[in-house]
Amino acid sequence: MGVRDLSCSLAMAEALMEEMEQDETIFIIGEDLTAQGGIFGQFRGLSKKFPDRLIDTPISETSIVGAGVGAALTGMRPFIDMHFADFVTTAMDEIVNQMAKIRYMFGGQATLPLVLWAPDGGGISAAAQHSQCLESWIIHTPGLKVVAPYEPADVKGLIKAAIRDDDPVVFFQHKRLFNWTGPVTEEEYVIPLGKAAIKRPGKDITILTYSRMTYECMEASRALVQNGIDAEIIDLRTLCPLDFELIAQSVKKTQHAIVVHEACLTGGFGAELAARINEDLFEYLRGPVVRVAAKDVPMPFSPVMEKYVLPQIPDILAGVDKAMKNKRPDTNIPHAVNNQT
Amino acid sequence: MKISTDKKISLLKKMVLIRVFEEKTEALYHQELIPGFVHLSIGQEASTVGSCAALRPDDYIISTHRGHAHILAKGAEPKYMFAECFGKTTGYCKGKGGSMHIADFSKGILGANGVVGGGFPIMTGAGFSIKLRNTDQVGMVFFGDGASNRGTFHEAVNMAAVFKLPIVFVCENNQWASTSPAEKMVAGGSVANRAHAYGIPGFITDGSNVLKVLEAVQEAVERARSGRGPTIVENETFRYKGHFEGDRQKYRTQDEIQHYRMHRDPIDRFQTVLIEEGVLTKKAVAAIWAETKTFIDEAAQYGLDSPLPKPEDALKDLFTNP
Ligand SMILES: Cc1ncc(C[n+]2csc(CCOP(=O)(O)OP(=O)(O)O)c2C)c(N)n1
Repeated sequence: MGVRDLSCSLAMAEALMEEMEQDETIFIIGEDLTAQGGIFGQFRGLSKKFPDRLIDTPISETSIVGAGVGAALTGMRPFIDMHFADFVTTAMDEIVNQMAKIRYMFGGQATLPLVLWAPDGGGISAAAQHSQCLESWIIHTPGLKVVAPYEPADVKGLIKAAIRDDDPVVFFQHKRLFNWTGPVTEEEYVIPLGKAAIKRPGKDITILTYSRMTYECMEASRALVQNGIDAEIIDLRTLCPLDFELIAQSVKKTQHAIVVHEACLTGGFGAELAARINEDLFEYLRGPVVRVAAKDVPMPFSPVMEKYVLPQIPDILAGVDKAMKNKRPDTNIPHAVNNQT
Repeated sequence: MKISTDKKISLLKKMVLIRVFEEKTEALYHQELIPGFVHLSIGQEASTVGSCAALRPDDYIISTHRGHAHILAKGAEPKYMFAECFGKTTGYCKGKGGSMHIADFSKGILGANGVVGGGFPIMTGAGFSIKLRNTDQVGMVFFGDGASNRGTFHEAVNMAAVFKLPIVFVCENNQWASTSPAEKMVAGGSVANRAHAYGIPGFITDGSNVLKVLEAVQEAVERARSGRGPTIVENETFRYKGHFEGDRQKYRTQDEIQHYRMHRDPIDRFQTVLIEEGVLTKKAVAAIWAETKTFIDEAAQYGLDSPLPKPEDALKDLFTNP
């Protein structure tokens, strides 16, 4: 079996096709699913194959998400299309008070095997109500797993894992990545939830990122090489459960870390990661854990302002610089793995 | 209803203004001068113009993602709208909003909302405000057939009915919500029908006939203004363009669009009537189009010539007292 290049949207459609063939309880519910293969082409070919299992609904997000919860409780595996991640706001009770709590609150009696799929992100001049990255809200709600991949191969493997998982999974996918292509093997595979991936091995600093910012970080790493800095880039892929093991391994080696995400800075997932690293790996750190994120404003429409708000490669370079200058001397780091040989 | 000759001419002029604005916007979008999403109202002019013609300057409207027409009909200036669509600093929202989010609060335009159904509850608040301030203003909330399926619609209509709020709910039923036909998605046969459940009047109008729209909406506005509560008016209309510019429109046929254009175009119909009635000559109608085109070209040029914002302007206007 070979490898071919697939876009993120086709990788997603393929994952859904494979899973729906194997499990009749999977169905897709949301707006505008069938007429044009989904608004991002992410459902291409599916309605022809499974005409009864793609449900085009009225514009009623509260009920779309609530219906997913109810169907999951009664033997189905719903895949809920949120249309735009920004619209989770219109079903926040269903997500936060129902989906996330029902299993726990009823003493573990119920399982909710559902996926809430939410295309997010800015950079397309879609302005304040269609550009957000809202993963922090979801992560701050115990009971929800959170996935935010970057590469097509990861999209495919993680969509499959999310569908097979018996808990609610909120799956974010960046709008600017739908046409992003990459190699995907023809052979069937699943990528387990909770496993991060090293996208570029390096020894000088750990860059923790996810979703589209992985791309910016990979680009930034080239400029860093020219400055003599060999960065290790970790695509977290799953934010909950978090692969802290891999993070710790990397930080122990590099002794420096930054977090890069597109969501705005304050209260973002970077704050959580910085705190975790600080608490658990303090003795290995030679510099502060720095966050690179969007500025704390709603997304402005005009491209000049939007570019300024979103983190760019120079912001990542500045973040690395801030993390690496004013190093604590080696002598303060008793357990540090010396890789400077 | 008796409508003066001057009023008729002004209705035609407004519809032409919207058509020309939208066609210019379409062209500019395809020249890649307008970033982001653009949703056009071509074909729906009578619904919007007839509705806004029943309002006073101090009345409020709330608009939608497909908002240019509402905003123009309520009196906004095209040059600042174009500037906003280009993301320029002279735009209504200083380039922060774009095509989907234009507002002119000085004219009672409380903003175009990108969240479908986002406007209903906000207008409920304007309704309470009008009552508490003891004015006789009216609030008009525009929405599509698709938006009538949001819970916010039902909550707001009920709340408005319970408190007899001075609100007119104007549904522009253009038969489609993105790729979904209204026929399939709106239970109960029509949006106006839903009014009965809340004990308020609901009317369906021929939304391609500007005078019929005005007549129905005028009645609803008077009802609201005199403290008798809300009304739903559903204007049956049609969008000629894709849901957004760039929409492949695989879900419908060109024949369907052409048919409507040929037989029910709101501007063609009204022009013909005005010429037949002797209100305007063919030459006068042609002059309206020509003048409007020049006016719109100048407005667009103003926007093009305007400066871009500074990147750091992104940090302004978040709080009143930072
Ligand atoms: C809450 C919400 N759900 C979905 C969308 C995506 N969306 C934008 S416009 C639209 C269709 C709206 O249809 P309708 O209300 O009939 O208005 P029209 O576009 O026909 O003017 C959809 C689904 C949105 N913007 N907001």
